[in-house]
Amino acid sequence: MQMGWRWDFTFEILPQMAIATLNTILAAGVGYAIALVVGLFFLLGQKTPFKIVNWINREIVEFIRSTPLLIQLFFVYFVLPQFGITLSAWVCGMITIGLHFGTYLSEVYRGALEGVPKSQWEACRALNFSTIYTYRRIVLPQAFPIAIPGMGNYLVGIFKDTPLLSTIGVAELFHAATAVGGYNYRYLEPYTLVGIIFLTLSIPAAMWVRKLENDVNKAQGKIKK
Amino acid sequence: MPGFQNLKENTLTYFEFLNEHGVTLLLGTVTTVKVLVCSMILYVIISMIFGLMRLSKNRAIQGIATVYIEFFRGTSLLVQLFWAYYVLPFFGISLEAFTAGVVALGLNFGAYGAEIVRAGILAVPRGQWEAAHALNFTPAKRIKRIIIPQIFPIILPPAANLTVELLKATALVALVTVVDLTFEAKQINSITWLSAQCFGTALLIYYIIARFALVPFLRWLEVLAARKVGKERI
Repeated sequence: MQMGWRWDFTFEILPQMAIATLNTILAAGVGYAIALVVGLFFLLGQKTPFKIVNWINREIVEFIRSTPLLIQLFFVYFVLPQFGITLSAWVCGMITIGLHFGTYLSEVYRGALEGVPKSQWEACRALNFSTIYTYRRIVLPQAFPIAIPGMGNYLVGIFKDTPLLSTIGVAELFHAATAVGGYNYRYLEPYTLVGIIFLTLSIPAAMWVRKLENDVNKAQGKIKK
Repeated sequence: MPGFQNLKENTLTYFEFLNEHGVTLLLGTVTTVKVLVCSMILYVIISMIFGLMRLSKNRAIQGIATVYIEFFRGTSLLVQLFWAYYVLPFFGISLEAFTAGVVALGLNFGAYGAEIVRAGILAVPRGQWEAAHALNFTPAKRIKRIIIPQIFPIILPPAANLTVELLKATALVALVTVVDLTFEAKQINSITWLSAQCFGTALLIYYIIARFALVPFLRWLEVLAARKVGKERI
């Protein structure tokens, strides 16, 4: 076996890796979309006036947040069929990522809502605005910019956690690299390529999030222009 | 479907399941805790070093730290782990699975930790630096005696979050054949097909470690650090 980097092999596997990259981006995008919605539900669970619902909601969030995504993936993938629900690896992966990161996003939402000063609520009460109107026109427009950096961070976070999906057989980038590596018995190029692809996608994304964060801080007057 | 039948045969046998496989899972848990402690020590050291390097006035040192941090934060932990275990042997460095796991975890979380340390140092009031300067402390002494003790109350809350993330991330070392809790759970699953029992138990054990051991320990550290600089926590 030839040691060292082989460029011909690299170019040979590049098209395959590129297609798998699209799958990774798709998985991250779909997972993120689900997480955004799930986060809203967890937020609602926290905001209900029923103490017991709040408590159950908080315990569920705590549980999901402090257990590994990997085992959650296994759990959903292997346990659901026991109850007669057979889902494809893709669907299982998306559900699990959505649930896992939904708990994180609910915290982002909560932080953002709490970031809106109480006086805003009091002013709306004084003006006799309804709760829904207050949320829609006063609170949410102010909370959203606060939530943007956190939301962006978790988009990057989900993107970096998609390789875990390969463990249940979702054909994303890391899965493709392992398959190619196993087939040719060369792991150097495939895994290094995966690393490079991740770097080239996530560093610009992270920089963009940082820029957003800066812009938001500036717009709120926390940093002087 | 074998799993479904097994579940039917084995309803209400969770205690039997624990009786049979509990010891294996506990042994796995011990390995998980070992991985956690080793990578925790490694990541704390790395984040201190690179956090300080990141603030160095020397462009070269600062550059090295920035490249390191961006590299490890920009790629996936799983990729780093597999790289350390499967690719490093190409360069003549063969690490044991446990070592590869701890090193990958330490380097990855060290990059995140370095950012926390950097932010913590920047959050120490400027007057402290100036006062230390005025008292003619050497730069090393300034950092060691004045700045470092003050950053702990600032960096410990975000570091606690990061450490819980580390506990969760230790599950990944199972994929490079470290026989930890996740590995054992997977193994038992492939023998018995009692997926709900083994993965459910594994999830519970991780939860218990996080909620009743790791988090209280980190809170205790926070209180200790706050007391040390004379800021009693309420």
